[in-house]
Amino acid sequence: MRKTEVIKVALVGNPNTGKSSLFNQLTGLNQKVSNYPGVTVEKKTGIAKLSSDVTASIIDLPGTYSINPSSLDENIVLQALLNAENEYPDVVVVVADVENLKRNLFLFSQIKDLQIPAILVINMADQMIKKGISLNIDLLKKELNSEILLISARKNLGIDEVRKTILNYKEVSTTTIANIADRIDAEFFKKLKKSFKDVSLYKAWLLITQHHNFPNTEISLKQRIEAFKTDEDKLKRMQNKETILRYQYINDILKKTYAVDTSKATDLRFKFDKILTHRIFGYVIFASILLLIFQSIFDWASLPMDYIDATFAFLSEWTKNNLPTGPLTNLLAEGIIPGIGGIVIFIPQIAILFLLISILEETGYMSRVVFLMDKLMRRFGMSGKSVIPLISGTACAIPAIMAARNIGGLKERLVTILVTPFTTCSARLPVYAIIIALVIPNDRILGIFSYQGITLMALYLLGFGAALASGLLLNKTLKVNDKSFFIIEMPNYKLPSLKNVFYTVLEKTKAFVFGAGKIILAISIILWFLASNGPETFKNAPEIIKGENTQLSEKEINKKVASFKLEHSYIGIMGKAVEPAIQPLGYDWKIGIALLSSFAAREVFVSTLATIYSVGDDADRTTIKERMGKEINEVTGEKRFNLPVGMSLLIFYAFAMQCMSTLAIVKRETNSWKWPILQLVGMTALAYVAALLTFNLLT
Amino acid sequence: MDITTIADLIVGEKGIIQDIPLDNLPLKLLEMGCLPGKEVELIQIAPLKDPLYIRVNGSHLAIRRETAELILIAKSENLCEKLKS
Repeated sequence: MRKTEVIKVALVGNPNTGKSSLFNQLTGLNQKVSNYPGVTVEKKTGIAKLSSDVTASIIDLPGTYSINPSSLDENIVLQALLNAENEYPDVVVVVADVENLKRNLFLFSQIKDLQIPAILVINMADQMIKKGISLNIDLLKKELNSEILLISARKNLGIDEVRKTILNYKEVSTTTIANIADRIDAEFFKKLKKSFKDVSLYKAWLLITQHHNFPNTEISLKQRIEAFKTDEDKLKRMQNKETILRYQYINDILKKTYAVDTSKATDLRFKFDKILTHRIFGYVIFASILLLIFQSIFDWASLPMDYIDATFAFLSEWTKNNLPTGPLTNLLAEGIIPGIGGIVIFIPQIAILFLLISILEETGYMSRVVFLMDKLMRRFGMSGKSVIPLISGTACAIPAIMAARNIGGLKERLVTILVTPFTTCSARLPVYAIIIALVIPNDRILGIFSYQGITLMALYLLGFGAALASGLLLNKTLKVNDKSFFIIEMPNYKLPSLKNVFYTVLEKTKAFVFGAGKIILAISIILWFLASNGPETFKNAPEIIKGENTQLSEKEINKKVASFKLEHSYIGIMGKAVEPAIQPLGYDWKIGIALLSSFAAREVFVSTLATIYSVGDDADRTTIKERMGKEINEVTGEKRFNLPVGMSLLIFYAFAMQCMSTLAIVKRETNSWKWPILQLVGMTALAYVAALLTFNLLT
Repeated sequence: MDITTIADLIVGEKGIIQDIPLDNLPLKLLEMGCLPGKEVELIQIAPLKDPLYIRVNGSHLAIRRETAELILIAKSENLCEKLKS
C-alpha cells in the first residue's frame, strides 16, 4: 500500500461564520477533542479524505476577529500561526460570512500578510439574494490575488470545491496583499526588515507587538524582539494606524466588488431584537426558556435514567450470579459495574442540557441573553457571558467551568469559575431525591404544590443564591489586575443546524464521560476495596459473630457478619474516626462513610448508603429507602433520618465542594492550586456551619 | 454639529465617530469595525441602562456604557427626518 499524503489544514474565521459547519461537513465523525500541551484550550481536530491517497488533517481553531488575541481562545490562533513547529499548517482556510465580509476580510488580510497559503471561503452564499447582496467574485479574486470559494456549509454546497482547492494548496499564492507598512512608518519597518530577514515582515511585526512567550524561540530571536519592544506606546499607536489603514484597503476593494441593496434585504433581526431584548418581555422570555430547560432536564431525562439504573443493577446482579465467586467477580459486580453505571446515568441530563444550550447558541439568542444579563451579573463580579457557565452548571460543573473560557476579563472569568460549583448539578439530584423522599411529607399545599417539589426548587434557588452571594463577596475581596474589556457581536438570527447541534452534544458528553468519568470510576473501585477489606477483626468476623450468637439462624448470622464487617472495614474505621466531627450536625458514622466517600463525587452518597444498608441483602431501591427510614438513632431512640438530620444533610450537600473532578478542572483552568483549595476549604466550611445551624434550629 | 459620546445618543439616533481615545480603549474596538469617520447607530439599550447595542460599519455590537462614554461622536442632524415623519 502506498503511504498516504497528509495535508495539514487550519480553519480560521470570525465567530458565527459557520466555521464549525464547514469543519463538520469536511470531517464528519472523524473528529476528536484534545488539549494543547501546556494550555487549557481545547484543540478540535479531524480527518478529511481529499482523494484516494491524500487526506487532510484539519484543525478547527477558535473563532477570532483578529490575529491580535484578546482572550485565551484567541491566543491559540496566534500561536498556531506563528510557531513554525511540526504542527504548522500547510494551508489556512479562512471562513467568512458573506453578510459581514468587511470584518472577515480584515482577518483574512492579516493571515495573507503572514505569507501562509490561504484560501478564502465565503460561507452562507445561499443567503445573498435574500439579503440583497451582490458580489463580483472574479474581480475580488484578482484584487486580493487569492483563491476564493463561495459555499453554503449548511446546505452542503461547494464543499467538494473546498476539498479540491486544499488538495492543490501548493498553487495558492503567498504574496502579501495589504502592503501598508510604508504608510504606517516607513523607517521603522525598514529597520524591522533588516533585523528579521528570516521571517516575513508581518510575522516580525506580530512578534514584536504581542506579549506572548513562544516556546522554543531561540535566544538570538528573543533578543532581536526585545530590541524593538522599547517604546510600547509607539507600538500601540502603530497598531491602531495599521488597523485603520487595513480597513481602508478593504473598503477600497469592496467598493469595487461588493454591494448591498438594502431595499431587497429582509432583516428579521430588528423585529426579533425589539422583543427579545425588551426591558420586560426580554426577561420574561429568558425566564420562560430557563424554566423550559429545567423542566426538560427532569422530564425527558427521567425515563432513560431509570432504564440505565435498572440495566446496570441487572448487569451487576447477573455477574454476581453467573461468574465464579471470588474477589475478581466481586470487584466487577460491586466496584466496576456500579462505577460505570454511576457515570452513564448522568449522560441523559447532560446531553439534553447541551442540546438546548447549543440550540440557543446556534440561533444567536445567547448573545441577547449576555446583553440582557451583563449589568446585573457585574454586580456579582461576573459578566453577561457568565450566564452560560451558570446554566450549564445545573448539569455538570465540569463543562460549565470550561465554558468560562470565552469570558475575556480575568477577574470575571475567575469569579465565574469559583462560584459555578454552587449551582445544583445533576450529581446532587440523587442525594436530594432520596433525602427529600425520606423527610419531607408527600403532601400538597392547596392541593397544587407538593412540599417535596417546593423543597427541591428551594434547593436550586439556594444554589444560585449561594453562587451570586459568593460572587458579591469575591467581587469585593479579589484583587485582580484586570484591564478587561467587554464587546460582543450580536449575530443575525439563524435556524439551528441539527448537524452542528448533534456534534456539540456529542463533544460535551464525551468530555464529561472521559473527564469526570475516569475519577468516578476510580473512586468507586477504591471505595469497594476499602469497604470489603479491613484489619484482623474484619477478617475474623464470622468466628466472632458465631461465638457471640450461638442460637441464631444462619441467615441472621450472615446479616450480622456483614454489618460487623462493614463496621470494621477500613472505610468503617474512617467513618468512626470522623464521627465526633459530624455528630453536631446530627450524623452518625454510617452517614460519615457516605459523606467521606462523596467527597470524591456527590452521587456516591446514595450508592454508599445503599451498600451500607443493604449489605448481605439483595435489596432493591425501595427497600433501601425503607431501610433508611427504619434506621434508629441509638441515643435518642428516634428515627435516624428525621427532619432536622435530613435538612442538615440537604444543606450540607447544597454548599459543600464534593467533586474531585471539578477541583481538577479548576486547577487546570486557573493554572494554580490556590483556587481549587480555596473552593474546597471555603465551600466545605460554609456547608458545615450552615448544616450545624440548620440542625440546631430544627431540633 | 455638537460633539458628544455614544452614551448620549437616544435609541434610533445616529452619529459619526470622531475620535476613539485608544489610551483607555483596546485595539479590539477598532478591529471590530468601530473606526473614526464611520456612522454609528444606537439600536437598543439594555434594561438596566447598560450595555448598549450599536450598529457600526456593518457590525452589530454590544458595548458597555463605560466604553460608549469614551467614544466621541458628532450627532447626525436628524431634524429633517423628524419633520418628515
